[in-house]
Amino acid sequence: MQAKKRYLFLLSAGACLVLLFYFGGVQLPASGRNRHDRSHNGYRPDQPWPHFSDPLQQFLPWDQLDTEEYNIHISPRQKRDVNTSVYKGKRCRMDSCFDFSACKKNDFKVYVYPQQKGEKISESYQNILSTIEGSRFYTTDPGQACLFILSLDTLDRDSLSPQYVHNLKTKVQNLHLWNNGRNHLIFNLYSGTWPDYTEDLGFDIGQAMLAKASISTENFRPNFDVSIPLFSKEHPRTGGDRGYLKYNSIPPFRKYMLVFKGKRYLTGIGSDTRNALYHVHNQEDVVLLTTCKHGKDWQKHKDARCDKDNAEYDKYDYREMLHNSTFCLVPRGRRLGSFRFLEALQAACVPVMLSNGWELPFSEIINWNTAAVIGDERLLLQIPSTVRSIHQDKILALRQQTQFLWEAYFSSMEKIVLTTLEIIQDRVLQQESRSTLMWNSHPGGLFALPQYSAHLGDFPFYYATLGIKPYPKFTAVIHAVTPLVSQSQPILKLLVAVAKSPYCAQVRSHKRVCVMSSRFLPYETIVTDAVLSLDEDTVLSTTEVDFAFTVWQSFPERLVGYPARSHFWDSNKERWGYTSKWTNDYSMVLTGAAIYHRYYHFLYTNFLPASLKGMVDQLANCEDILMNFLVSAVTKLPPIKVTQKKQYKETMMGQSSRASRWADPDHFAQRQTCMNKFASWFGGMPLVHSQMRLDPVLFKDQVSILRKKYRDIERL
Amino acid sequence: ANVTCVYFSRFLFILKCDVSCMCASGKYSSRGPALIPRMKTKHRIYYITLFSVVLLGLIATGMFQFWPHSIESTADWGLDRRSVHDAPLIRLPVSNPIPERGDLSCRMHTCFDVYRCGYNPKNRIKVYIYPLQRFVDEVGVPISSTGLSREYNNLLSAISDSEFYTDDVTRACLFVPSIDVLNQNSLRIRETAQALAMLPRWDKGMNHLLFNMLPGGPPDYNTALDVPRDRALLAGGGFSTWTYRQGYDVSIPVYSPLSADVELPERQPGPRRYFILSSQTAIHREYRAELERLKEENGEALLLLDKCSNLSQGVASARKRCYKGQVFDYPQILQESSFCVVLRGARLGQATLSDVLQAGCVPVILADSYILPFSEVLDWKRASVVIPEEKLPEMYTILKSIPHRQVEEMQRQARWFWDAYFSSMKAIGMTTLQIINDRIYPYAACTYEQWNNPPLVKWSSVNSPLFLPLIPPRSPGFTAVVLTYDRIESLFRVITEISKVPSLAKLLVVWNNQNKSPPEDSLWPKIAAPLKVVRTKENKLSNRFFPYDEIETEAVLAIDDDIIMLTSDELQFGYEVWREFPDRLVGYPGRLHLWDHEMGKWKYESEWTNEVSMVLTGAAFYHKYFNYLYTYKMPGDIKNWVDAHMNCEDIAMNFLVANITGKAPIKVTPRKKFKCPECTAIDGLSLDQTHMVERSECINKFASVFGTMPLKVVEHRADPVLYKDDFPEKLKSFPNIGSL
Repeated sequence: MQAKKRYLFLLSAGACLVLLFYFGGVQLPASGRNRHDRSHNGYRPDQPWPHFSDPLQQFLPWDQLDTEEYNIHISPRQKRDVNTSVYKGKRCRMDSCFDFSACKKNDFKVYVYPQQKGEKISESYQNILSTIEGSRFYTTDPGQACLFILSLDTLDRDSLSPQYVHNLKTKVQNLHLWNNGRNHLIFNLYSGTWPDYTEDLGFDIGQAMLAKASISTENFRPNFDVSIPLFSKEHPRTGGDRGYLKYNSIPPFRKYMLVFKGKRYLTGIGSDTRNALYHVHNQEDVVLLTTCKHGKDWQKHKDARCDKDNAEYDKYDYREMLHNSTFCLVPRGRRLGSFRFLEALQAACVPVMLSNGWELPFSEIINWNTAAVIGDERLLLQIPSTVRSIHQDKILALRQQTQFLWEAYFSSMEKIVLTTLEIIQDRVLQQESRSTLMWNSHPGGLFALPQYSAHLGDFPFYYATLGIKPYPKFTAVIHAVTPLVSQSQPILKLLVAVAKSPYCAQVRSHKRVCVMSSRFLPYETIVTDAVLSLDEDTVLSTTEVDFAFTVWQSFPERLVGYPARSHFWDSNKERWGYTSKWTNDYSMVLTGAAIYHRYYHFLYTNFLPASLKGMVDQLANCEDILMNFLVSAVTKLPPIKVTQKKQYKETMMGQSSRASRWADPDHFAQRQTCMNKFASWFGGMPLVHSQMRLDPVLFKDQVSILRKKYRDIERL
Repeated sequence: ANVTCVYFSRFLFILKCDVSCMCASGKYSSRGPALIPRMKTKHRIYYITLFSVVLLGLIATGMFQFWPHSIESTADWGLDRRSVHDAPLIRLPVSNPIPERGDLSCRMHTCFDVYRCGYNPKNRIKVYIYPLQRFVDEVGVPISSTGLSREYNNLLSAISDSEFYTDDVTRACLFVPSIDVLNQNSLRIRETAQALAMLPRWDKGMNHLLFNMLPGGPPDYNTALDVPRDRALLAGGGFSTWTYRQGYDVSIPVYSPLSADVELPERQPGPRRYFILSSQTAIHREYRAELERLKEENGEALLLLDKCSNLSQGVASARKRCYKGQVFDYPQILQESSFCVVLRGARLGQATLSDVLQAGCVPVILADSYILPFSEVLDWKRASVVIPEEKLPEMYTILKSIPHRQVEEMQRQARWFWDAYFSSMKAIGMTTLQIINDRIYPYAACTYEQWNNPPLVKWSSVNSPLFLPLIPPRSPGFTAVVLTYDRIESLFRVITEISKVPSLAKLLVVWNNQNKSPPEDSLWPKIAAPLKVVRTKENKLSNRFFPYDEIETEAVLAIDDDIIMLTSDELQFGYEVWREFPDRLVGYPGRLHLWDHEMGKWKYESEWTNEVSMVLTGAAFYHKYFNYLYTYKMPGDIKNWVDAHMNCEDIAMNFLVANITGKAPIKVTPRKKFKCPECTAIDGLSLDQTHMVERSECINKFASVFGTMPLKVVEHRADPVLYKDDFPEKLKSFPNIGSL
């Protein structure tokens, strides 16, 4: 009986368990059945896509794979010709309205029409023309030219403006090279006038390209026109001010979150958004101010809010707000673009665009999402919550990008014009064009020349972005002047010392053929990323070279050298001064012994204007200063001085010709003149001071010399 | 899901049977003893029955638990298969309105209703898919010869499985019709347009998205879908610059049906057997003649394939290519070439492009005015070569001039584009939606790097958060943050020393002792700069790296309360160096990590080495951003781990900074004996053997959390320009450097 009880107990327990499942299970299928029924009873419109399992046909059946038998139709060549004849005017594209054949032979050259006497040209347009004439694209021969620029002022086509040029239509038609505008580029800042502000220039531009401010996406012909920013008459011609961002404060918020201060148009085109701004204004961190006081008869149109708005408007200072706000609202004015855009960009105030349909400046190459918040006029009321939702890290990145873009493309008229030309050049020389990465990261498209290499890894700027390192060898280039006569010449010692370095890939020496710039020619035999540039009389040991090279690998975009020089502002003479004295800081390293990236050879030869290179060749001097200017202009950073064994003193130089050159009293004065000449071409002083020198980790430390890797540097 | 439920009910039926059996056996057992005399046998039977019942119960439980997941897929084939033939049939009256032709001036701000998308905390658009309907004209002929294609079904399935999908039509921002217009050849244009106009939410095509891969038809093969479609957005394959509405339409690839059939393993980039390969079959005779001329000039480097004449059309013919009787497998042969020609046909978009990318072959695209797939976000310069059709004869020279390393990068990039954006209809659909999403929420858009960097590059590249080359002005100075527990005397000496540094802006004492109050105000040393004491809630090392609001400068000097040996010149110089490298750690004592070959792990080194990969934060300048990063963005459990072990916060900081900037720290000024008589200084502790073991463990632990060793080794340190130079000391800016 005991056993029986036990079994019974077990049995009932099992039964209970099963029953539990039974009842538990009843509910599941019950709910399931309901859903099942629903799907059967009727067609339920809101169900997810049912993932049909029928054997469906392919969208392109196998036997149709080459149905595109078009051999019977017109040849591709004819088709191209058809395109060129059909797509004209508003539908112009490079393929249909541009003559590539003119550009093939002679790279990308730009011709500027000679200026007619008596023709009135505004200062801005004059600046544009002189920038082009001073650039490396300029040619005086129209037969060589790929692009033509009018010398008729087309910047202001607002017929009510005093700058407006009349009879442009006939003047343009009379140009004998006009060719219906083919391969012409027309600059324009303002078009149309009150009340409708159309984007018509008031004359037939034919097949010419437009470089136009405030252009709308509707009229913009992609990859044909160029959208340029609206800039003021006072915009500097070259150089230009740097951005206002001095440091990256954390957290990145400023006093105000979002600001705007500007006119309000009570009626007419573009008035809606500004009229609605008061809804968002909260007097605290979102400060949007408008005034009705503009124009002669503002009193006539004024509405109920005007007086209150005007009072509020006068309480705040525009500059103060600009510099103390995280975001700046850039709503459209009568036209789509406004000066405010560039002002905000320079002030590191992230622009919040409210200008529907504006093709943003240089939109073809700049990824504006990384530097601005592109809002929608229709969603004005959401703007505050949108900008508040942007993460701090993103604000930090946006703000830095505004500064990069400002300095790379907008800070001067020259940059705006050159960027325009470079964009067109990229289209023309398709194979040698910049990738988006090159345009949108430091140092920007103007300094990264695609003609150098199609491979990003060949440039000194993108190692980190690509996650790669420079090639760990260098090429020594020795600049030899004197013929080899004896075995004791310093050049031989130098050769031995350099060749001993484990990082040395090859040594090249070249004779100076009386031109200084030849030292920086982009020799094809230089295959390593690093170049060690040397004078024939430089005294260097293998250890010093090794150490400098390991330093360069950490700073591949900079100049790494031994003897350093400095510049200073001579306020008495109002010009830049040059000093070779021992100072506590430096801004240049001499290229008689320096390591740098071979890209700078290419840049020196191809980027700098003939005028500066010519000056260097003529004086047989200053080539190192020019190189320092160039590299600092690109990197915005000082060069790096590394320690050296013996002081490289100019006065103690040996018997070589170089000594005589240094001893020349004119030599120093020349260098001073050079500096000022260079500074004026760069539009400012690109050199930056540094107070530090890099030494080996154990340099002169109180530890056994045997422990030290670079012990020779300490020995005298 | 409904099908699953049907199965449940059947399953229950089986269960019921079990129960009844069990009851029967129960009865039997109660009656058993009287009928059968042999108790032992009887017991055995009971035992067996019982056991089997319990076992069955258990199996049933198991089935309940684990079966339902597998049921779904089988059920699809079973009871309730959803078929396209179940979709309702809609007859289109002839008189139905036809939408207008697509408006070329349409842009997001004119033809797209952004209010429907609304503000959305996730910044994600909602997409609705119309249920399938079968449209026929008045006489019952369907509007499309293929109906719903396999690819379009896959695309819609992918959308409905994605996070974009909504089944609530009122909340949708984007509408995707279930009318398949992928291939215009199979469509009746007028009727398709009428069907579109009949969609309940059509509203002039506002916010509707159509997917089309093969636009146009003979003889002129337009480059955009010919079906009139009002304002609908078009995701089209084969747009030309004249039909593409920039910022409105999306250019998509033509899906290659081979993608689903053929698996090509990824090949290492590098030189391949052929230099240029042309594999297309429908090439215009003019172009074929030019290609043949190129082949004559360059011989073996070029492989020019064509259709195999002996094969009938169909799958077999699509998978083979021939050259003078020699047969090659397609698309496998594409992997044997560095460059592959993608020449325009009658249409601009070619499915070959997809095959070529899959093979990791660099596409050479010859299709004037073609808008490349997803060109709005993809940087094709890095994955392809675009040559004007006119320059076909120069193709060989152009390609030869491309450096090898660039070719390799393009090969890698090409394969990555295929993997991420071309490989399936799902990939194409998701990319299209993401692009539209990025337009509607531009401030939350994917970055260039996210779109274009292959995983390998994403992993190894760094995008420093402080990327602008900027040397901050000297004037704001730095904030010194002293972490202290109870060494008041030493603390006061440190404060007095630091106060002599000209650029000191503020001194912040982090009082980490909860049991003791800081000394009264009057007892603190009197210094010029403001002094603040912050009391912490817990004695944690991470308190030293908290981004306190009191730190108003971007430069922070972290210093221990026992570092009294640094001179004011050394500190000021450190600050000057930091200004030149604001994105790095700039510190005094340097340390090194080494790979221990014997143990096969990382080792910590504090000896006199020629190299440096870390600086101790017992005395270091850095940007306040890294405080924020340490506190809120430290990977894994490192922060808590450090707090629990009360060690290695400095190593963690070095890892963090090196990982995000990819740069080495800067050690400034010569090595000093970091010892003071009354305290156990860093060096004193470092000598301790167990300490060294612990520090090594930290490095190994952090390296495993970061998944890599981010630290960078350098052989330099920063000294003042005139350090140890033969020059009058009093003329040097920082004379007092390195003295003990």
